[in-house]
Amino acid sequence: MDHGISILIVDDELSVRDSLYNWFIEDGYTVECAEDAKKALSILESQDFDIILADIKMPGMDGMEMLRRIKSIKKDSIVIMMTAFATVDTAVQALKEGAFDYVTKPFDPDDLTHLIRNASKQITLSEENKILKDRVTALENVDNLIGNSEAMQQLLRDIQSVAQSNASVIITGESGTGKELVARAIHANSPRRFFPMISVHCGALTESLLESELFGHEKGAFTGAVYNRKGRFEMADNGTIFLDEIATISVKMQVELLRVLETKSFVRVGGTKEIKSDFRVICATNRDLRSMVDKGLFREDLYYRLNVVNIHVPPLRERTEDIPILAEYFAGKYCSAMGKPPVTFDPAAIKKLGEFPFPGNIRELENMIERAIVVGNGKRIQVKDLPIGTSSAGSSFESLEELEKNHIGNILEKYRWNISAAAKALKVDRVTLYNKIKKYGLNQNG
Amino acid sequence: MNYENITLIAFGLPDQDLLKAVAGVISGSLPLPLLLKSGYLDLSEFYDPARNQYNGNSILKKLDDDYSLDSSKTMGLFAVDLYIPILTYIFGQAHLNGNTGIVSIYRLTNERYGIGKNGRLLVGRLGKEIIHELGHMFGLIHCSDPVCVMRSSTYVEDIDQKESRFCKACRTILNTRL
Repeated sequence: MDHGISILIVDDELSVRDSLYNWFIEDGYTVECAEDAKKALSILESQDFDIILADIKMPGMDGMEMLRRIKSIKKDSIVIMMTAFATVDTAVQALKEGAFDYVTKPFDPDDLTHLIRNASKQITLSEENKILKDRVTALENVDNLIGNSEAMQQLLRDIQSVAQSNASVIITGESGTGKELVARAIHANSPRRFFPMISVHCGALTESLLESELFGHEKGAFTGAVYNRKGRFEMADNGTIFLDEIATISVKMQVELLRVLETKSFVRVGGTKEIKSDFRVICATNRDLRSMVDKGLFREDLYYRLNVVNIHVPPLRERTEDIPILAEYFAGKYCSAMGKPPVTFDPAAIKKLGEFPFPGNIRELENMIERAIVVGNGKRIQVKDLPIGTSSAGSSFESLEELEKNHIGNILEKYRWNISAAAKALKVDRVTLYNKIKKYGLNQNG
Repeated sequence: MNYENITLIAFGLPDQDLLKAVAGVISGSLPLPLLLKSGYLDLSEFYDPARNQYNGNSILKKLDDDYSLDSSKTMGLFAVDLYIPILTYIFGQAHLNGNTGIVSIYRLTNERYGIGKNGRLLVGRLGKEIIHELGHMFGLIHCSDPVCVMRSSTYVEDIDQKESRFCKACRTILNTRL
């Protein structure tokens, strides 16, 4: 029976460790042993175990102290306490400290089997719970696709139409436009919605890590591969796999990915058994994949395999009419999250937002509104609450000239266009300031 | 690794008819020559007066030290109540991929449970337990198939539920290791 469940046995008695080790090994579990709490904690620093079976009475640090330490590091660890000296007090204390269960030695063979079976069920339930929570988040995220603009309405129609099919999708768009939200919306509206959507941020992983992440690995496949591990393709069985930043994957991974997409089967790193998985693939990129194909940086066959349907998410500057409704949505979201009363927007603040180019797109707008809710002290968000044109928004400007123009404009506003005072603050002479005002076309009316 | 035979050594089990019948059950599942031997072991050093039982771990180690052969799988058969420190009792024990194992008839007889003697049932139970432990010695782990001999058994009723044969999956693995 290959459970894929790992157990750490902590007991100072060699005969107990050996007996438990043999018992669990014969049952198909992955087992490791530690002779004391110190060794166990050291093992736990580098490896994760599903179940920890620990003796209460041990020389040095006792089992109860070890339980507290384990729980402080990983709250949901399943720790079962064992002892030869059973008292109600210690049992109650162990359970209060967060132990999953408590058993006295020697066990009836049936008790041991049931104990581990219950713990395994708990692990399965926790995993299912996490998947369900992810699914709820995915469904909630669909509501986050907000906008009345024609561009947004078209995007929603595209999502509805593509969701019903099984076709591969490439979502293109600038950073911060909400490509992952679009992917979640497609998944949440598809027949696969009752199965997980698994996301992989390809750009964040090295080639070997990505390979192990996508295909999984067998125990001993490489240093640190202490357990068999399911890959993301395997986890996405019956569901959807979302490959973000697909343009960043290496040529070798492109070949591997193409093969998997064609056969829907793969072998774990270090394994020999072919694993089949039925998944839908959705990719996202902020780069021009077609041009990468032309330059030989991205395989053409993979491009066509992925690009069955292309959905483009427009940047915020191309749908500025959505900015007020988005701003209000984010304000409501953060007021609620922070326990603050609802706020409204000063018309000047809305106007200012509408004029801002938002190079970071919706993500930047969301951050801006969150900040305004935090720093604002009224029921109304004013222009001064928005980090537009202040140094904190510096990162929004790509060029030095843009930054300079914006900074000079702010200083002039601050000193009510008193040129001498503004020049002094800027530590330039008045002539230089006049030249800059002329160069950037700044004027008092904004 | 090719093994030449399976050796059954009876320690304090004089019933030759029972052993021959059991050998027949084993031969039906494991196609290796079977040798039947008698042995003697002073079990007093493995006796735990507090539990009134015999330490299976220590007996297995003794067998491993004195009888283990690379070319053979050796199974010690006993008539005493075996335990390991964490469990109240065991029917038998073997190391995964090891060369020695032990099985006791003590908890396999109907009389132990206040039921009438049944020789045929006892032959089946002992045969299945020996094959089960030999399966571990050939590297097999417990199986979820309800009738496979590698199914874990806590009570004699569990042993009666399963058969003396390996399921297809276990048989496939076993064939690569014989």
